[in-house]
Amino acid sequence: MTIYGVALLAICTLVGVGLGDLLGVALHVKANVGGVGIAMVLLISARVWLTHRGALSAGIKLGTEFWATMYIPIVVAMAAQQNVLSAASGGPMVVIAAVLTVAACAGVVALISRIDKGEKL
Amino acid sequence: MSFLVDLLTKQGLVTAFALVGVIIYLSHLISKYLTGGRIHGSAIAILAGLALAYWGGVETHGQKGIADIPMFAGIGLLGGNLLRDFAIVATAFEVDTVQAKRAGLLGAFALALGVIIPFTIGVMVARFYGYTDAVSLTTIGAGAVTYIVGPVTGAALGASSPVMALSIGVGVLKAIIVMIGTPFIAPFIGLNNPRSAMTYGGLMGTVSGVTGGLAATDPKLVPYGALITTFHTGVGCLVGPSILYFTVRAFTGG
Repeated sequence: MTIYGVALLAICTLVGVGLGDLLGVALHVKANVGGVGIAMVLLISARVWLTHRGALSAGIKLGTEFWATMYIPIVVAMAAQQNVLSAASGGPMVVIAAVLTVAACAGVVALISRIDKGEKL
Repeated sequence: MSFLVDLLTKQGLVTAFALVGVIIYLSHLISKYLTGGRIHGSAIAILAGLALAYWGGVETHGQKGIADIPMFAGIGLLGGNLLRDFAIVATAFEVDTVQAKRAGLLGAFALALGVIIPFTIGVMVARFYGYTDAVSLTTIGAGAVTYIVGPVTGAALGASSPVMALSIGVGVLKAIIVMIGTPFIAPFIGLNNPRSAMTYGGLMGTVSGVTGGLAATDPKLVPYGALITTFHTGVGCLVGPSILYFTVRAFTGG
């Protein structure tokens, strides 16, 4: 049943985001702390557990994988609702700060991946 | 004409599915025939989305790009935080557990750098542009972390509205640059495996930028980047109005 996969995904998301909110309250932060990350770990654990029990049905896979494949369309929709006008008209300070930040962080990523080479997928 | 507008408005989310599908189809055609496949179709689609957002902003003077046009309000739902997070979680289903388990230390290290480096640069640029008070400097620096950390920090410290706007502006522009730029810089920074995707997620931080950028580079890398980057905003909001502010205040003296 496809809905089992969608429901599993929904339950992991609800629990993860809920825990992230509680973590935010506990740390006195006005934001969700890692909710999506926690939800991802829950979903990975659920998959491992289901695989071990031989209970990972085609329906469960379809229900979650459908949403994973919808990710890029969702990103396109997300791009279409950014406040691009205000970002583009923010003046030189905004541009310089953003460009320097991205350049510096990309440089550090390059440095780290020289030292710590990962395996390709 | 008004019949069509009514129909599209009433069918909000359905309209959004159709519109995004058409954008992606056209983008793949452009990728294949105009760039010979050199620029990924997804990257062109994201760029098209941003162009539409700019047009929406010009038309409506709103904050939410094309979603401010009633006919395209469904884009706001499809691309909103709710479905975005739902789909990011779904990408975890394909994650290689061995790779993810090794994320811990590297992820934490990248996260720390990903808050400190942008913040420091943001503060320095703001100082160069004549801001001297600790509240404004911290708020603009926090904006360079992400566009959520900026206003959350600014609100906690009581920053002025123009400073908040600048702070959000830096964060949004950073997200957009990361979204567009990732596929182009990926070959130069070794961004082709799960570990570097996690490092990238921790350093760049912005959820929309990192996940959008990785999607356009190699969709298989999305979950690894997302796993780390979703902690970024939380960590930023935690240290922005506290440790980072106190540090800046120690330098400015008040």
